[in-house]
Amino acid sequence: MGLLSKKDAKLITDPLADDNPITIQVLGICSALAITAELKASIVMAVSVLFVLGIGNVVISLMRNIIPSKIRIIVQLVVVAALVIIVDQVLKAFAYELSKTLSVFVGLIITNCIIMGRFEAFALANGPWKSFLDGIGNSLGYGVILIIVGFFRELLGSGTLLGFKVLGDPIEKTGLYAIGYENNGFMLLSPMALIVVGIIIWVQRTRNKALVEDH
Amino acid sequence: MEHIELFFKSIFIDNMVFATFLGMCSYLAVSKKVSTAVGLGAAVIFVLAITVPLNWLLDQYLLQPGALKWLGAEYVDYDLSFLSFIMFIATIATMVQLVEIIVEKFSPSLYNSLGIFLPLIAVNCAILGGSLFMQSREIQSLGLAFNYGIGSGIGWFLAILAIAAIREKIRYSNVPPALRGLGITFIITGLMAIGFMSFGGMLTGGDEEAPKEETTVSIEKESIENVTFSTVQTSEDKEIANNIKVNE
Repeated sequence: MGLLSKKDAKLITDPLADDNPITIQVLGICSALAITAELKASIVMAVSVLFVLGIGNVVISLMRNIIPSKIRIIVQLVVVAALVIIVDQVLKAFAYELSKTLSVFVGLIITNCIIMGRFEAFALANGPWKSFLDGIGNSLGYGVILIIVGFFRELLGSGTLLGFKVLGDPIEKTGLYAIGYENNGFMLLSPMALIVVGIIIWVQRTRNKALVEDH
Repeated sequence: MEHIELFFKSIFIDNMVFATFLGMCSYLAVSKKVSTAVGLGAAVIFVLAITVPLNWLLDQYLLQPGALKWLGAEYVDYDLSFLSFIMFIATIATMVQLVEIIVEKFSPSLYNSLGIFLPLIAVNCAILGGSLFMQSREIQSLGLAFNYGIGSGIGWFLAILAIAAIREKIRYSNVPPALRGLGITFIITGLMAIGFMSFGGMLTGGDEEAPKEETTVSIEKESIENVTFSTVQTSEDKEIANNIKVNE
């Protein structure tokens, strides 16, 4: 990357795999699990978090020298809540059906630990540009997991991707269904989200032994 | 009866952790030992029991469409519900700080054992989620809101207690190395969630909410707004036309 120095580029690429917010830092799990039954909802959620974390990190970083440390949590919450209200209103205006599916989880971006975690760990100690890159990197890392989980759950659960029938028509028995394949409706239920994330973690740690925990 | 139903429903059927995945981060991070898990769980019950009824009052008398009618007839049309996120989170943050101060004053030992968890509760999604679900499920009275808060707190407490106990035991089992720690915890939670799903038909055989009504109502609202907007436009057009005539 010519645009970014090596150190800056690392801020974006690290959270994508080896320092992933969901699988390594254990942050922001709730929404990753709850709204991933459809790929579309996962993408919207990932974009919303990208917006909130990118801007929020810059704002907090700009204010870091004037926030008294005792009330910093409240200040951070107010900043995030304001940004989330924007996202929520935009979604309600332009994608009403989708905002119904996401229900309270848009609001829960406020308490998404990725946001607070990055504010605390990074934005309070670094300049705006670095914080911006860090925000983008972490929300991309979050988005990647969301999209992987959403992809598998929608594909195996309802045989569609973004609403298009990929595996054929389950009622007219075309495509894969002609040879006896059935949708695994269980993938759409909540427990499978946990198990899919568990499997992602398993795959990731098998590939990179350095990440293995001792219990 | 209504109270008992809601109580069991919020503990088992709509369990915060297993049905809606709220508060997962602290659930995963603090469940390595039973003793810390119990501390955090108790704090969550306490904070939920305070903030859900408080936010219910806020919602009922400040935020809902038409909630401001106690101020006078001209305020009936106000709809401040877009402010609910910021109001709810402000209530929660304040209550958590207050609880922190009170606990520090009256029981320093408890305060020390809870340590970092108390401020963490402010950003636990289970707490905000409780208030938001209270709003979206349209809980009818203050008593029910209190009941809902306590019930979902107990549900969360049970979940973290169970996983902490399992994790203490699993230390002695031979888990594949790559799955140790986080991975196996996820999978166990998934299996527990499957178990909790069997509570689904416990009360009424599953009562479904009717989100369809809401959508139609709001669509009607939108269309009404559109209509009024278009009438405004036409009246503006008329005015412009009148002006043009006057100028002529």
